[in-house]
Amino acid sequence: MDWSYLGRELPRYIEAGLVTLKIGFWGILAALITGLVCCFVLYYKIFILQKIVKVYVELSRNTPLLIQVFFLYFGLPQVGIKLSGTACAIIGLGFLGGSYMAEAFRGGLEAVGNSQIESGLSIGLDKRQMMQYVILPQAISISMPQVSANFIFLLKETSILSAIAIPELLNVTQSLIGLYYKTNESLLLLTVSYLIIILPLSIVLGYIERRLRHAEFGN
Amino acid sequence: MNNEEIVLEIKDLYKGFGERNVLNGLDFTLHKGEVVVIIGPSGCGKSTLLRCINGLEKIDGGDVILEGSSIYDKNIKMRQVRQKVGIVFQSYDLFSHMTVMENILLGPLKVQKRDKQEVSELARELLKKVGLSDRENDYPRQLSGGQKQRIAIVRSLCMNPDIVLFDEVTAALDPEMVREVLDVILDLAKQGLTMIIVTHEMHFARAVSDRILFMDHGKIVEEGEPEDLFGNPKTERAKQFLNKFDY
Repeated sequence: MDWSYLGRELPRYIEAGLVTLKIGFWGILAALITGLVCCFVLYYKIFILQKIVKVYVELSRNTPLLIQVFFLYFGLPQVGIKLSGTACAIIGLGFLGGSYMAEAFRGGLEAVGNSQIESGLSIGLDKRQMMQYVILPQAISISMPQVSANFIFLLKETSILSAIAIPELLNVTQSLIGLYYKTNESLLLLTVSYLIIILPLSIVLGYIERRLRHAEFGN
Repeated sequence: MNNEEIVLEIKDLYKGFGERNVLNGLDFTLHKGEVVVIIGPSGCGKSTLLRCINGLEKIDGGDVILEGSSIYDKNIKMRQVRQKVGIVFQSYDLFSHMTVMENILLGPLKVQKRDKQEVSELARELLKKVGLSDRENDYPRQLSGGQKQRIAIVRSLCMNPDIVLFDEVTAALDPEMVREVLDVILDLAKQGLTMIIVTHEMHFARAVSDRILFMDHGKIVEEGEPEDLFGNPKTERAKQFLNKFDY
């Protein structure tokens, strides 16, 4: 193990880690927004949009991210649409994650019992109040474990983006291995980098989850 | 009693689920301050009737007239009807993500836009009456069934309803807890609250009611004062039904 190599290449890993974080952040945000929109379309059964969303969910969940990103990066330029690598990466993550988020939210919304809704009706809540005070708070706490699993999943999926030359952690690692043949050292740095990014996120999400579920499920 | 003002009129009410008719042309009137208990075999339409009065079920025919106007009138908002007609369900259905106090305050503050101070005071007073003053910051999961049901009653009362409907409110409770809930309802009856109570607790029905309706097959088969109906039922069907409760 070449310890000096670790120290020397550390700044590159910090830089690559920041790229991973940045793309992960925007990708997850895109997934959240896509998921919310899709979930409401499904929940309120908005006629034509509902069908489109269903097709999207199947397409997104049943194809690999690598292929989705290849399509964006190599396919779209063929029809004259050129996007930057970063844009492809964020759209790709949003496309993949959107369906997972939509399903998580839908699961939460549908798990709110009819009796809770009738209870809300019986004190005169209107539709918006019902959503705001009864359905959403319960749906969020129910779907939170799935949503936070999706966060972690999408953050890890950023490694796929090395295939379209995004200088994120895996991409940088592969370049360094090619340059210096320090495979073990490079992979060690890579693994540790992912842990440093993802572990705290897991802990924070776990904490939020417990807080949100406290009312209904206790500790 | 009959000199009192009429608050609710059910006229020729029909309601079916699919092929099956649950309510078959049902009529009755409820006067202010009156406590009416509905008894009858399971599936005879008691709960459905309450749900129709509260607009939780769509009716197929007839009318429900609350304080002079039909609740199905296009100019009447169901939300307003529900503020006048409270309902307490068998399975209590408190909002599970809210504390006891939040459960009670939601309707009065958000729907009725009342003053928080005033409603909180009312809520505390009612909580004290039902013996749960110390539980206002608890979540429903921390309460027993009987306690939840008493909170559900307080939640309904805090809306200042004109009528409260009780839909088999003790059916899901342990025998020991039935009493604490029934005592609360009996107390409300003494205070003159207008109520329609669906129950299988015959002794309670007798004690609390001004009038008993016996329902079967979606109709009122017999009605009368509790002593008459329990002591000397006129119809064969009511006799049969009441005999089942004697051991």
